Amino acid sequence: MSPSHDQLFKTLADPTRRAIFEQLCAEGDQTVGALTARAGVSQPAVSKHLGILKDAGLVLDRHEGRNTHYSARPGALDPLVDWTRQMTQFWQSRFVALEDLLNRMDQ
Amino acid sequence: MSISDTRTVVVEQEMAHRPDKIWRALTQPHLIAEWLMSTDFAPVVGRRFDLRADWGAIACEVLEMEPGTTLSYRWDAMGLKSIVTWTLTPTDGGTRLRMEQTGFRADQEQAYQGAKAGWPRFFAKLDEVAAWGD
Repeated sequence: MSPSHDQLFKTLADPTRRAIFEQLCAEGDQTVGALTARAGVSQPAVSKHLGILKDAGLVLDRHEGRNTHYSARPGALDPLVDWTRQMTQFWQSRFVALEDLLNRMDQ
Repeated sequence: MSISDTRTVVVEQEMAHRPDKIWRALTQPHLIAEWLMSTDFAPVVGRRFDLRADWGAIACEVLEMEPGTTLSYRWDAMGLKSIVTWTLTPTDGGTRLRMEQTGFRADQEQAYQGAKAGWPRFFAKLDEVAAWGD
């Protein structure tokens, strides 16, 4: 499933969810318990946020015994990286136009 | 991986033209209009100006300027704040021209809202601007 940009942005607009996601990015695989210890909200609230992050394709879950381990999904932020790629293309095309203008200014 | 990184775009190219000539193309409104967008730019630190197309405008402000060498301005569009910095370095064959755009701190709520609201459309329109020169 490929989540829409809209869903991705909505999901990360919430500061608590963003903090949970950043922690998973920085420290890898974690259980709900470990995430709750840091999040400053209740375990049910963390579980709910994880569910939303999972729906948006930002995290993956893996069951191990009675515990569920969560991890950040690689490539989840690719839509944000698009800004860099698209601005690069834009400026490269402007450099071509600028050089064309400079050549005309010679005449 | 962090989502709070500042993002940077760099485009750099050797040009067979003198720095003073390139400087004119970067700072004179009628020349800027030829390769970028129409504008009320003026080479004065603190000057606010727009880069305009028929679909909207990019809000800018001159931040730093060293005539013939560096020019830096704010470039705010669709809720995303960034800074564009031009650097001109003389070379044997002309000038090394570098454009660096830094922005999009993804931890800014506003950035997300802006990106959500308008970036796909903004880029579609930027492509149209770019196509004028083709």
